[in-house]
Amino acid sequence: MSVVSLFFYLFSCVLIASAVMVVSSRNPVHAVLFLILAFFNAAGLFLLMGAEFLAMILVVVYVGAVAVLFLFVVMMLDVDFVELRQGFLQYLPLGALISAIFFIEIALVVGTWQLAPDALAMRKAATAMPVDAMNARALGRVLYTEYVYFFQAAGLILLVAMIGAIVLTLREREGVRRQSIPQQNARTKAGSMVVVDVPVGQGVSNEGVFRKDAAGQKV
Amino acid sequence: MEIGLSHYLVVAGALFTIGVFGIFINRKNVIVILMSIELILLAVNINLVAFAMHLGDLTGQVFALLVLTVAAAEAAIGLAILVVYFRNRGTIAVEDINVMKG
Repeated sequence: MSVVSLFFYLFSCVLIASAVMVVSSRNPVHAVLFLILAFFNAAGLFLLMGAEFLAMILVVVYVGAVAVLFLFVVMMLDVDFVELRQGFLQYLPLGALISAIFFIEIALVVGTWQLAPDALAMRKAATAMPVDAMNARALGRVLYTEYVYFFQAAGLILLVAMIGAIVLTLREREGVRRQSIPQQNARTKAGSMVVVDVPVGQGVSNEGVFRKDAAGQKV
Repeated sequence: MEIGLSHYLVVAGALFTIGVFGIFINRKNVIVILMSIELILLAVNINLVAFAMHLGDLTGQVFALLVLTVAAAEAAIGLAILVVYFRNRGTIAVEDINVMKG
């Protein structure tokens, strides 16, 4: 068994096992951690397939951003996950049956599938995998020239997603004093200073202009 | 035995099936459903990269990159909706999400 097959079986076995743990884990935090393990092993498979850049992107984007986002949400929401697991065993037989049928169908397709002899010649926009350049450089060459509109569209999708996520989760909290620069600039001497003629021997407590309680009443 | 295209396709098929299975058995927990969708998209990416390797065509990797982008955006939006929903209703059970039901 060559080194490549050894690593293929290692990565794919751990990938499938951790995917099973993601969907069947009792604790959602464990599920997210198994999701991270699955992403790492998928990155290993990508490396075996010669897509080094995508493997690194998978680690950076999925493990670094998406999985951490999941972790944040799981830990931030105070959800009773035990209650959410009710009905797990009830749906298990039907789900297993449908998944088994589905997998058998996919396996049948994969097992009997063959490339048509003249299919490769009929391709319209084939970008040959370069042999002289590294994967990242080759991907950049086609991404910034031939697929530049797709690249821009992807950037636009990310921008819209970012704005959407911020707009959805932003809220005005009550009771928070914010700095208001127009208000600060509009302050005048007349509006913020009071000249009090203090009677001799009585102090300023009778005037009551210096302190206000929470309701705004002078004390 | 040499590792070829069909090996990767079987792994991707199994991963896809596990994702669908996860949606079936975790019908109440939106977070796990979102994670299952991530698994499904990962299986799609493995398919695209495997075909790119097999056909010697870089286009598959470009498309895998775009799928990755969309998956990241989808996760961000989905989790934002989830946080807002939890803030308003105090639960994330799927069967309670029926406000727009006629």
